[in-house]
Amino acid sequence: MLRYSLRRLASAIPTLFLLITVAFFLIRIAPGGPFDSERALPPEIEANLAAKYHLDEPLVFQYARYLWQIARLDLGPSFHYLDWTVNDLILQGAPISFTLGILALVIALVLGVAIGAWAALRQNRPADYTVMSFAMIGISIPNFVMAPLLILLFAITLGWLPAGGWEYSPSRMALPVVTLALPMIAYIARITRGSMIEVLHSSYIRTVRAKGMPEKEVILRHALKPALLPVISYLGPAAAAILTGSVVVERIFTIPGIGTYFVQGALNRDYTLVMGVVILYGIIIILFNFLVDLLYAWLDPRIRYDDGEAEA
Amino acid sequence: MTEPTRDAFEQALDTREIRGRSLYVDAWHRLLKNKAAVVGLVVLAIMIVLVLVGPMLSQWDHEIPDWDHYSTPPSLETGHLFGTDAIGRDLFVRTMIGGQISLLVGLLATLVSLIIGVTYGAVAGYLGGRADNIMMRFVDAVYAMPFMFFVILLMVVFGRNIFLIFLAIGAINWLDMARIVRGQTLSLKNKDFVEAARACGATEAQVIRRHIIPNLLGVVIVYVTLTIPQVILVESFLSFLGLGVQEPLTSWGALVNEGAQELETAPWSLMFPAGFLAVTLFAFNFLGDGLRDALDPKDRL
Repeated sequence: MLRYSLRRLASAIPTLFLLITVAFFLIRIAPGGPFDSERALPPEIEANLAAKYHLDEPLVFQYARYLWQIARLDLGPSFHYLDWTVNDLILQGAPISFTLGILALVIALVLGVAIGAWAALRQNRPADYTVMSFAMIGISIPNFVMAPLLILLFAITLGWLPAGGWEYSPSRMALPVVTLALPMIAYIARITRGSMIEVLHSSYIRTVRAKGMPEKEVILRHALKPALLPVISYLGPAAAAILTGSVVVERIFTIPGIGTYFVQGALNRDYTLVMGVVILYGIIIILFNFLVDLLYAWLDPRIRYDDGEAEA
Repeated sequence: MTEPTRDAFEQALDTREIRGRSLYVDAWHRLLKNKAAVVGLVVLAIMIVLVLVGPMLSQWDHEIPDWDHYSTPPSLETGHLFGTDAIGRDLFVRTMIGGQISLLVGLLATLVSLIIGVTYGAVAGYLGGRADNIMMRFVDAVYAMPFMFFVILLMVVFGRNIFLIFLAIGAINWLDMARIVRGQTLSLKNKDFVEAARACGATEAQVIRRHIIPNLLGVVIVYVTLTIPQVILVESFLSFLGLGVQEPLTSWGALVNEGAQELETAPWSLMFPAGFLAVTLFAFNFLGDGLRDALDPKDRL
């Protein structure tokens, strides 16, 4: 297991390297630079700025310099928010985005699995159809539509919750978290229902039932665990969905998280900030995929990644 | 040969042809039994016709404002069925034009990802061995990247040109297709009927044309139906962020963005485009689900 984990982590390095390389050259090809402004700067100042940030060097040199910088965990100075380093900006924005994302993920997992399992136990009955239709609606309504609708209902019409802004309080976090969680609840409910139905039809469940085990035990002890495998593998895409969702949610609810930085950074040609956020996102997605594989191995003894060695 | 017998003969040939494709005829019948999928299909047909014909029936243009009506609610009297936006443009026509763009981008981007994905996946699966290994490693590496952020970067880099939107989306969205097609090809390649065809002296080209491609079709159809709504969603997302379609053209995402900004004063400018977008995605998802059940009998319980 340990060997597998180490090998798996090592294989993430080329992926991350590819990510950094592609993103670096892509954003440099973009027309315009970080110091373009409405008012043209005198050429001397422009030259000085370029020299200060090494923008006058050949691109390959800049790339090598950047790689060396990242290797020391330094993401460099922001080109747009002067006096800020990218590390500082990310350290400020990331906790906010992570709080929202993790809350949404936990809520979605708990509710999604519960709803999906509940529907599976009532397969093809009206309750099942109703719940699954709602799930389909949840999947079909994009978060950038859901968010304004929630604001319209809860903030403008009912006046129960604030429409935007940020502080660590339940009332400020409620709408963004719900917006992020709703489509995921729907996805997870659908996945859980499907796999639960499959598991409930398998022969070992019939055996357990035939032996007279109470239905509650059958479901909680024998059916739920294998039925969760597809949900686990959804966690990878879910992480990516939360990251992109956060871009929208942070914009609509005016939350100063890293999603906001990314779009603003790309528009401002804030090279280092964009790179920093892309790298962070890449690491999160790689970590989540890694976590999924480990959980999988733990839940399903048939898939133990043991490199050919027998594992006790 | 007299005419009647020849007709009968040709007719017999025709029926044989149909019987030969019975997998798809079967699937079609199964699809028609699935109410949700049929509803999806009908809704999509209506949506496409409405979006194409709607702007022609209206007296308004999607660019030219009606100077007498700014931000007016939907009403029959003014002739603005869906109301007008903040600068007096008719929202019915704008929603229809936006729908044209959203659907067009959805179709074309899916086509791009289809071509790249099927070719790549089929080649990898068919070659197998080391070539397959390398090709799939590459897909894995790209797969681990934050997809949406690359689309955003591409949009920023190449400017907000509508043709680049679907190229960018399609060029990144082919990975799933490649994986699915590769897996399918790999398993088909070793099936007994392919072996049998080879034993009977069929050439590689014949095997690919007669046995591999027809058997891939089902998976590809299902996947295309499920990719189109995804792509529409990505385009809307980009337009929502202001990175997608630019004025005077519009798309559902761009309209939702405008609507969201006038939420308090003109909720209808959000409701109509949002409703159309959601209904379309809904219909595609139902159709895709139905097709998957119809074309893959294994999955049915």
